[in-house]
Amino acid sequence: MDTTTTLWILVIASILATYLWRFLGTLLSRRIDPDGVLFQWVTCVSYCMLAGLISRMILVPVGSLVEVPLWIRLVGVVIGLAVFFIAGRIMLVAVGSGLAVFIGLATVLNI
Amino acid sequence: MIDNPKPACVRAVRDALGFPSIMLCASMMAFGSLAQQSGYSLGMALSLTAGIWGLPGQVAMIEFHAAGASILFAVLASSLANARFMPMAVSFLPLIRDGVRHYGWMFVLVQMLSLNPWAAGQRVFPDIIPSVRVYYYVVFAVVCMIAGLIGTAIGFFGIGNIGRPAALGLLFLNPLFFSVMIAGTRMQPAMTAILIGVPLGPIFHHLSSDWGLLAAGLSGGSFAFWIHRKTGNKA
Repeated sequence: MDTTTTLWILVIASILATYLWRFLGTLLSRRIDPDGVLFQWVTCVSYCMLAGLISRMILVPVGSLVEVPLWIRLVGVVIGLAVFFIAGRIMLVAVGSGLAVFIGLATVLNI
Repeated sequence: MIDNPKPACVRAVRDALGFPSIMLCASMMAFGSLAQQSGYSLGMALSLTAGIWGLPGQVAMIEFHAAGASILFAVLASSLANARFMPMAVSFLPLIRDGVRHYGWMFVLVQMLSLNPWAAGQRVFPDIIPSVRVYYYVVFAVVCMIAGLIGTAIGFFGIGNIGRPAALGLLFLNPLFFSVMIAGTRMQPAMTAILIGVPLGPIFHHLSSDWGLLAAGLSGGSFAFWIHRKTGNKA
């Protein structure tokens, strides 16, 4: 099997395997009452999984971010969140500040 | 209160065109560049963006495969990195179903679900009557997906020369904007669930890099829910 075929198999299989979660979610959502306790529980699970994913992406990243020291990643996020809460919850400004500090530190420290 | 489709669509375009589109476009630039460097074609990169539509899973697939994992393992890692789509679909679709005549359409609409429209829905839906929400969702999600696809293509063709710190910055952008986005959550028990999830994600990842996230979400989310019930919903 050549590389292109292998990669396409990988791509299509990953797409289908991801759709499986969406499919199951759609099936399960059908009978759920948006004002009921079950809905509230699943919303909790969603938020918890999202928060867990985000902190994992920052603390234990996959790929080239590993080469950036942990403290730089943490400083970037802390600055972003601090600006968000202090400067009127404007997301673009908050993310821009966190990103600028992150890139600045990476540049100065020659990473 | 928005009660007919046209203002819902206008509101969706307005909400999606700013911050969400810019962030998606920039984050997907990092992905397009990664895909190109890892030997994928443009068609594959665009298929992954539209087909998986969840950056953590897209990156996981490419990185695991590049690290020599078997196809099965790379697919598993990719899929599990986006397991959140199951609870997100369950906690989102009931909010828009009043406007969808045939439930079968939900299986199509769910493909466009991602953090951006999900979070926008949590915020905006109280101001839109249930039967019109689906218009808001579809328009918002389509704008997001177009931005993501454009970003993927731009990244694929040429951010190779932007310099290493900026390229790393684009990779960092995704977790950064996710953090800021959910930090804005003010509802209970969602806030409790977030605070529990932050330490639990990395801890469970340490125990199992594949299933950790799913386990963290289920256990931590259930715990947050339990606390909320225990404290008599007063929080």
